[in-house]
Amino acid sequence: MKSVLKLISYLGLALSVVPSLLVFSGAMEFENHYNYMSVGMVLWFATAIFWIKPDQHEM
Amino acid sequence: MSSSDTHKQSLVERLDAVNEFEREPVSKDKLHGAKSFIAMFSSEHVAGTEFVLGTLLVLHGVSAFDALFGLLVGNILAVLSWALMCAPIAVKERLTVYWQIRKIAGPYLTVIYSALFAVIMCVLAGSMVAVSTTAIAHPFGIESPNFAAGDVIPSLPWMLVACGVGVVIALLAMFGFEKLAHFAKVCAPWMPLIFVGGAVASLPALGVTGPGDFMEAAKTKIWTGVPAEGVSKYGFWSCVGLAWLCNVSQHMGMGDVTIFRYAKKWYYGFASAFGMFIGHYIAWICSGIMCAAFLQLNGAGSNPSPGGIAWLGAGWAGLVCVVLAGWSTANPTLYRAGLAFQVVTPGWSRWRITMFAGVGMMVAACVPAVTFYLDMVVAYYGLFFMPLGAFIFFDYWVFPKLGLQRNWAERLGLLASWPALVGWFGSFIICFFLYAKEAYPSFAWVNDVLPSFLASYQPDFFMQVLPAWILAVVLYTACATIQQKLYRGVVPPLKGSGASASEPEVELVAR
Repeated sequence: MKSVLKLISYLGLALSVVPSLLVFSGAMEFENHYNYMSVGMVLWFATAIFWIKPDQHEM
Repeated sequence: MSSSDTHKQSLVERLDAVNEFEREPVSKDKLHGAKSFIAMFSSEHVAGTEFVLGTLLVLHGVSAFDALFGLLVGNILAVLSWALMCAPIAVKERLTVYWQIRKIAGPYLTVIYSALFAVIMCVLAGSMVAVSTTAIAHPFGIESPNFAAGDVIPSLPWMLVACGVGVVIALLAMFGFEKLAHFAKVCAPWMPLIFVGGAVASLPALGVTGPGDFMEAAKTKIWTGVPAEGVSKYGFWSCVGLAWLCNVSQHMGMGDVTIFRYAKKWYYGFASAFGMFIGHYIAWICSGIMCAAFLQLNGAGSNPSPGGIAWLGAGWAGLVCVVLAGWSTANPTLYRAGLAFQVVTPGWSRWRITMFAGVGMMVAACVPAVTFYLDMVVAYYGLFFMPLGAFIFFDYWVFPKLGLQRNWAERLGLLASWPALVGWFGSFIICFFLYAKEAYPSFAWVNDVLPSFLASYQPDFFMQVLPAWILAVVLYTACATIQQKLYRGVVPPLKGSGASASEPEVELVAR
């Protein structure tokens, strides 16, 4: 389960940055990358919160 | 000064009570590996204020060379300061900065340090609230204040949004600090990608269609070397100094000995590179690119607020990034302000202190000048608090070589160390006047009373860090030498821990 969550999280991170590279290379319309970044954001926060552990004790 | 006065004693007791659980050196079983420090620096130094500082460099007309190489040099100096100055003392002493200052400067100066530190933390938290507010105001069509265009006070709706954000942050800091620390950790890997994604997607708007076009656009459209109207010009040394100075209270000022006392090895100080180069290099460059694209599309006179430039570069994800970047760093900042205020507000409950600090934060958020001059606020903050760290460094490494006793205030039970007072305020006041005589017309008279070599000195404020450090240690060492020579008695042994604890009882030769 944890590895599935991690996979979705990393997909979210990829969606946050890869579309901008496609915009830069001319392979994607500028407005479309907003949507992909939003989806990436939702995927990241919806899953990473469950597998990134809080600090054991504060420094 | 004597510690016999009851009122004075109660103040010292209050001060110590705040740090009650921090006075013992960290034990071996609580030490952390390098990964913890890499994660901490990576998350703490990508803040909402990066949207402001990167933008300010563009508006102050730095050139592409100044930005790309000046920031590189400044950040390298910052990392070296952490690794070679702060971390080695932290792992040898394993005490908080509070106790280290107390040992050499005495509890009274530590009270002053704490109170002033609380005020500046409120101001910095306020600037982070202001950054978040620009993002929340943007989709509602509420115009963010443009200080450069003469907006001294924000509009009422903007202030209401800022107060709303401030209240939420204060409430969360009171009741959910640990959960927020976890949430900030979750934000850490995502936020830098939003900066990078927003900047890369903005490049075509600046005419960059391939990697080969970047440097040309950087020179002519991003960091043009021409400041915005009514804004002073920054150069290479301003970039070096800002990158080095913006966290000087943490590295050369030794604030992060509190963090690095948990490090297994001194060289974990190099972990700061992750914070500096992700947050203060990549993020500043990215926000500069987004700012330039914003000005290109909206006109040179437009207001490149953090919310505006993030919306342009990354849409809703950009706005959320601005809100979270401001929010996640404002919370620990407010928490630190609350802890520092506790020293001077005996008997107040935790929630009352945090609310008090929160009000200060909201007032600061509603002063657009704070955000507009954030680089100067950060520079003054660094210069003011840095000397105490310089004393810790000199007291540890140099005093024994000069035949001087370490931790003099603690050994003699002094409430305040006058050499530390002279070194602290002396270095700051001298450096301030040397800068103010050129920068502020009301201080021009200073040139008339200075010798010609000083009157012709035209410092870059951000590069005052080096002369300030040298002045501080020279004044402190000279005064400490006089103080210790004047003392005629047996120096009591140290009861504390660290390397100095094993020093033998020494009788000073009285003259």
